[in-house]
This record gives sequence, structure tokens and C-alpha cells, in this order.
Amino acid sequence: MQLIRTLGHNNLMELADKQAPERHLDSKELVDVVVRFAGDSGDGMQLTGSNFTQATALHGNDLSTFPDFPAEIRAPVGATFGVSAFQIYFGAEDVTTAGDELDVLVAMNPAALITNLHNLVQGGLLIVDGGAFTAKNLTKAKYDSNPLEDGSLDGYRVLDIDISKQVLSAVESYDLGHKAALRCKNMWTLGLVLWLFDRDRHPIVDSLKAKFSGNPEIAGANVAALNAGHAYGETAELPAGIHVYKIPKAKVSPGTYRNITGTTALAWGLIAGSELANIDLLFASYPITPASNLLHELANRKQFRVNTYQAEDEIAAVCAAMGASFAGSLGVTSSAGPGIALKAEGMALGVAAELPLVIVNTQRGGPSTGLPTKTEQSDLNMALNGRHGDTPMPVLAAATPADCFEVAIEAVRLAIKYMTPVMLLSDGYLANAAEPWKIPDVDALEAFPVKHFDKPEGFKPSIRDSQTKARVWAKPGTPGLEHRIGGIERSFETGDISYDPANHQAMTDLRRDKVAGISADIPLQKVCLGNEEGSLAVVGWGSTYGAIHQAVKRARKLGLDVSHIHVRYIAPLPSNLGALLGKFDQILVPEMNTGQFVKLLRSEYLVPAESLSKVAGQPFKIGEILAAIQESFAESEGRAGASAAIGENS
Amino acid sequence: MNQPAVKLSLKDFASDQEVRWCPGCGDYAILKTIQKLMPELDRPRENQVFVSGIGCSSRFPYYMNTFGFHTIHGRAPAIATGVKLANEELDVWVITGDGDGFSIGGNHMLHVLRRNVDLQILLFNNEIYGLTKGQYSPTSASGTRSPSSPEGSIDMPLSPCEVALGAGGTFIARSIDTEAKHLSATVKRSHAHHGAAFVEILQNCPIYNDGIFDQVKDKKIAADFRVEVEHGEPLLFGKDKEKAIVLNRESLRLEVVAVAGNEDKILVHDEHNRVLAQLLAAMGGEGFPIAVGVLFSDSKSTFTEDTSAHLESVRKTGAALKDLLHSGHTWTVE
Repeated sequence: MQLIRTLGHNNLMELADKQAPERHLDSKELVDVVVRFAGDSGDGMQLTGSNFTQATALHGNDLSTFPDFPAEIRAPVGATFGVSAFQIYFGAEDVTTAGDELDVLVAMNPAALITNLHNLVQGGLLIVDGGAFTAKNLTKAKYDSNPLEDGSLDGYRVLDIDISKQVLSAVESYDLGHKAALRCKNMWTLGLVLWLFDRDRHPIVDSLKAKFSGNPEIAGANVAALNAGHAYGETAELPAGIHVYKIPKAKVSPGTYRNITGTTALAWGLIAGSELANIDLLFASYPITPASNLLHELANRKQFRVNTYQAEDEIAAVCAAMGASFAGSLGVTSSAGPGIALKAEGMALGVAAELPLVIVNTQRGGPSTGLPTKTEQSDLNMALNGRHGDTPMPVLAAATPADCFEVAIEAVRLAIKYMTPVMLLSDGYLANAAEPWKIPDVDALEAFPVKHFDKPEGFKPSIRDSQTKARVWAKPGTPGLEHRIGGIERSFETGDISYDPANHQAMTDLRRDKVAGISADIPLQKVCLGNEEGSLAVVGWGSTYGAIHQAVKRARKLGLDVSHIHVRYIAPLPSNLGALLGKFDQILVPEMNTGQFVKLLRSEYLVPAESLSKVAGQPFKIGEILAAIQESFAESEGRAGASAAIGENS
Repeated sequence: MNQPAVKLSLKDFASDQEVRWCPGCGDYAILKTIQKLMPELDRPRENQVFVSGIGCSSRFPYYMNTFGFHTIHGRAPAIATGVKLANEELDVWVITGDGDGFSIGGNHMLHVLRRNVDLQILLFNNEIYGLTKGQYSPTSASGTRSPSSPEGSIDMPLSPCEVALGAGGTFIARSIDTEAKHLSATVKRSHAHHGAAFVEILQNCPIYNDGIFDQVKDKKIAADFRVEVEHGEPLLFGKDKEKAIVLNRESLRLEVVAVAGNEDKILVHDEHNRVLAQLLAAMGGEGFPIAVGVLFSDSKSTFTEDTSAHLESVRKTGAALKDLLHSGHTWTVE
């Protein structure tokens, strides 16, 4: 049996490419579309993308988005490493990833074209600002000849417009300089793409007017550019095969929605957690990509029971959070892989002292500095085991941007209820990706108010809840509860220092049992798509949810008996997971590391789970997982055929 | 209510734990002095929190019948900052040593001082690693022979008070383990200080570095080797206060002179003068006495105070989670 498949430069990726579903830009009605806006850092592509997302949400499509920023803060104009892109996948069915291949690519300059063209499907639509394809820009993008002229784009539908010229004429009645006028290029392009997909532009006009309310000239020029782009689509004679595409509304449950990134959802989940626990929250952190946005978001939310503290380093951040927890608040710290490594000693003190603490790891490509702006799931082993001593800690993983909200609340709940540090795993993809989120009714969320201990009679810091095994939370400032805690092993009976061998065994067992016992307090593992038993279970965790979901959906449409299981609670695992996995003939575990979760499943349940590993700094493509599913079925049929043949011969 | 309900005594501040320092350790004297001082501070016992790192000195919290947190090596200032941010009402003390505070935890020490977090930081300086059995520390004199420097250490030592001043500390003092009266008065002033109060306590390690502070401690000779500074008082020392410190205004260096004939030139201590504090913190050796007492104090708003003011202003209007979730662009599906 082949136990590890590795994606990267091998044939599985090519197989996935070959299997990419054909796109039909010929038809006027489409089920779903992937569009990518790409341009120079200064071209305003993120704004274009977010405005298009807003219009698409209002149109009633389901969607998912992902921004792709350059790692450089300010790259030279026209450089390939300065290309900033925004991708959106939207459609009439449920959409859970930002999409694989592009149906439409908007390239504002040669650098944007050369870095993104390989993702555009044959026959896809390419919109380029022909005015930006100057000799200078072509050289900067390392083109030997102009692709708009040399026939290399013949396989695509090309819409070559001198957008700069169009924009300058559209905004000439406004009193702007040449440079400021050209800044409206992105709105002109947005207007054209809104026309292309039949989206209402009026809400965007309103938001532009609101955004530039202090500068009517700029507001007017942007609106004029937007309208001109739209009018261009309506009136210009376009090449054959380019027309308006209709994408029917998706069936979504009634409610009020908003678009949300994983970072925002996580921050708001922490705020919700502090409200549900009725406790102050100290968020102590040190800047690191891609985790810093969580600090930024919370720093702007101090009107809630949240305070933020930018510590001098990662260690100080976890320690300040722990100090706050000792003093009766909830300490939360956050980082990415290298920073989490620095916090390890602090986390272990939290386990030894039995204090509540939430540690958020927004994982990125490793090891060392690795790929700071790219996504990976390679810190799972560290989350589970990356501390000295026998130091068990609950580990939770969020599956989608919106899921970050619930998982953050759950991390707060478990940390407080069990007086333990809890690790929450996110990643660079989840942090920046966005999806529509049905806003929950906050009044319906279950509260878990904290009750600090306050009875001096017979008080010992070692008093425990008989069910949860959690130690009492006795905060300084409470008369009669003066006591000392620390990292030295403490007596099970009194909480005082103890070097007794039997006591150390008892305390080690206690720490293990306390965390293991949480499995009785979490939901049973469900199958999120497909049957509860069958031929193949694709088991994932974290941000691979979207790609696995789509791949399993497509495989099931092809008639394959495959189910999707997605695990949120990684430590402890749900109590029924072993039995559930036992009901499947094959188990496939896609993850963005070399097989960390699959090894956990094998060692916990002795199941023959196979790994589908990808460590490329990029999320899985749907096609990659679908290809692996099909290969699994082909192999098992091959084995069945072989054993049948042996049976005949015997 | 920031006063105890009943009058407290030394006994109220001694925990039931057996004190386990080596016989003759300077830490015993410091512990006794602090336990004795606590009732004088007239603050509720439950509001006293002692936070320590790792090392001999860091066992201190176990012996105080207050709240205490014995944490990890070097990190006490960071943890204490979190405690104080969570509850400003608490009196938070950091107990640390020369290795804990200025080697492994040097970074936190710099930042807690520059932020002016309202803490009392008591640094027990014995110029050696005790708990790990005698290696040289960042304050050990060059040439210190130890298990890890058998030929003598080659590192230049740092001066805790000079570093603390350089980091922007707003209260810098120095005292001596066995000088109970002086130590008590110095620590009492550190408690009264608004902000991060740093007190270096010269502490004898009888096992690994015995007698290094004898010159400033030995009653027979100490008068010649230490000058007790006091705000507004001339800098005099010697058995009969016959020697004085003056500033050479050309070289900008301190000099030791006889009082007689120099009465008009003698430096008068000004604890608000940071430059003078630097000169006094660095003073010692080659005929100069070591300065003890409050070298510097400055009145500034504290980190926790400024934080509270900020939180109060942003929370004036109140906030509802529901409004946050519905803020910005939303749409409704019927």
C-alpha cells in the first residue's frame, strides 16, 4: 500500500491539472466562476476585489475570496514581485474555496500577466490594460516580446483595452492631476467586470461617495470611471465570445449576512468569549506575519472587555497573558510558528500552574522564517507535543474563516472550565480568506460566566472540581485566599511544593486525565458530507475544509462512495472518532504538512490511513484532492481485481 | 478600600513553608526585613503579590503569606506586568537576581523599566549563579573563577543601577542585605514610588561568592567604602564624615576630597538629576565609595495608569457585541 502521496512537483499535480473541469464561457449561464484581479501594488486591486465581492454577495451568489499580497512592503512599479492579486470564486451552489483555475483574469500590467496567466483555463477570458504594455513594463516583467502581439495568447478570449486612456477621458471634467486621474483605473475595470457578470453597481457608487465624502472631486471621478467601465461593456463592440454571463442565485438559508475574514472572526469570537464568560480579556502579542492582524483588530476593539498589550517579545507576550490569568482575567496570546516555539516554556508553566490561557497559532510556511506570507499546517506536531515534559494541552483547529468565531469561543470556554492553556490553530489562508457569514444571534449563545473562588474557610489552591478535575481559580485581591503557585511540582493534597515521587506520578496522571476528560464535553464527530460508513473517508482538519468539501462533492457526483469528515478537536479527539473511522474501507488524510495528523490517527486508532501531503505554501486545489480520491478508488479496484484473480486460480 | 481591615504584624506575612536557603545566606535578612516592613505599608495583605523567576532569590514568594507566583527563568517582569494590567489595585513585587534579571531576563527588565509599569523590582545581586552551583553571572567581576570559568571569567560585568537608569527607570536605588534599617527605608520608598521602582540589594552568597561585599558591610571599614546618599544632603563619607565627593567641572568626573577646605565645592545629592545619578551609580573602586540609597527618582505617569485612562475613554460610550457583528456592510436573505 502506498502510504504517502506527496504533492509538489510530481505527477499527482499534473493529474489534477488534466482533470480540471472544462469551463464553458461559451454559454450565457454559468454555475460558478473564478475571477482574479491582478495588478501592481499601487493599482488598487484589493479594493477592486472587495467591492466586487460586495456586489456579488448582494447579487445572491455564494462566494469565497482570497487576497494574494506581495511579501515586499513597497516593490518597484511594474516588478513581478510587486504584483498584488485578489481572487474570488462565486456561484449558484455552495462555494467553500477561492477556486482552482481561473475563468477570468484581469491583468493591469505585464508583470500581473506573466505571474498569473498559467492559472487561466484554456478559453478563459483575459482582460488586459493594453496601455500598460509598454516596452519598459515588458522588460520589467521579463517578456522578450509583447504577448498581446506575438500570438502567445491565442488560446484565450482576450479583451485588450487601453484602460488608462479610457479613464483619462472619463474623468477629464474633474479637477484632478494626471496621476490622481489614473488612480481611477481600478474603478473603471470594476465597472466593466460588474457589467460582465450583471451585478448592480449602485451600492458601490454609494460606498464610494461615503468613502470620499470629504473630497467630492475624487468621489465624482471614481463614480464616473466606474460608470464609464460599465458603459464600455454595454456599448463597445467586443470580440466574439465575450458577453454578459448570468450566474443564478445560490440557495442560502434566510438571515443577515456579512463577509468575514478568519482574522476578524477569530477576534470577534474572543470578544464574544469574554462576554459569555463575563470576564476581562488581556490579549498580549508580538508582531509577526501572518498573525499581527489579530492584534490590530483587537487593538481597535477596546470598547469591549478587551485590552491589548504589545509585548517586547513572544515570551513576554505569553507571560503577560499568564500574569493576567493569574490575576483573574483571561490571558490570550497569539503568534505564528516561530513565535509559538518561543512561547513553549511559558505554556508549560500554564499547564503546571493550571491557569487558563488561549494561544492562537496562525500557521505559516516553515521551518525557521520559511514562507511568512504563505499558508501551511505544519505546526500540528508542535501544538500537540512541542513542550518539555508530559504537558498535555487541548488543541482546536478552525476549518473556515467563519468557523474561527465559534472555535475562538470554544477555546475560551475550555480554557476557563478546565483551568488549562488551550491551543487554537488557524493558518495564513484562513486568516486572510473571506466568506459570507450568517451573523449569529448573540443572545442565543450559551453563556459560561466565571465564578472566581472566594471562600476562605478551608481554602487550599489545590481544591478541584470533582468532575472536570479543574483547580479553583483564586485571584489576588480576595481576602483569605493568599497562596503561592509556580512551576515547581505541587502537592496534589495541599498545592505546596512537593518532590515526592508518588505525588509527581499522581500530578502527571491528573494533568493527562484532565485534558483527556474534555472528550466527554465536546460534540461527537460528525460526517460533514456523505454516508456514515462506506468505501472512503477523506479526513481533514483546519483550512483544508473547503477544498476537501468540494472534491468530495464532485467525487460523489461521479458516483464514488466517499465521505468527508472534518476534525475540529485534535486534542482530545472526539470519543467516537475511532469507531467512525473503522466503518470505512479506506481513509485519506489531506494536509498541508508531511503527514502529521495522519500519524496521529494511525497511532491512536491503528487504522491504515493514507496521507495526501502538500507543502507548497499554497492551499490544496479541489482537483488535487479529487484526483487522489479517484486514485484511491482505482487502486482498491485494482486490488479487488487482483484478489479475485487469485481466488479463481486457487 | 486599600487599607487592611485589622492591623497586621510580621507574623501575618510569614507563610507556613520551611525556609530553605543555605545557612548564612543574605536572603534570610532580606526576607525578615520585608516581612517586618509589610505591616508598616498599611495595605491589605490580599493585595500583595510577589512574582519571581528562577534562582535562589526567586524562592522568596513561597515564604511570604501573600499571593505569590514562582514562574520561569527571567520572565517575572513580564508576568508581573500582566498581573498589574489585570488589576491595578494590587501591589506587585518582582523578586529577581543578577542572572534572572539581567542575563536570561535582561530584555524584560529593560522594557518594564522604560514602560514605567507600577511595580517594585527587588534585585538580589550576589554576583554569582547560586542555584546552579556557582557559575559566574553578568555582574561577576572580570576574572571570577567558577566551575564554568576555571581560569577566571573574561566577561565585563554590567552595573544593574546604570543599566536600569539607561533603560529609563524612574526610581533607582541600592541597598545592602544586612543593613535592615537602610534596606527597609529604601524598599519603603520604592513602594511609595509611582511607577517601576528598581532596588539593587547587595547580597552575600556565603557558599559561592562569600565576602565580596565585606568592604561595604564590615562595620569597622564600611564608612570608608560607602556613601549613603540622601536628597538635599551633601555627599559625605568616612568614619567622621571627613571625606566628600566633588565634581571636577573640567573632566566631568567625580573626585574624592577632604571636607576641610572644600566646603563650598561638595556635591549635594539631587535625586531628580539623572546625570548625577549615572555618576553615582557607576561610582566605586580605586578609592571611591559605593553609593547606597535612592540614586534617582522621577515622577511620571505609569503604564497601567495610562492604560486605564485610555480604556476608560474608549469605553465611555459602551459597546454591544450585536452592533459589532452587524457593523459595516451586511445583506439580508429572505
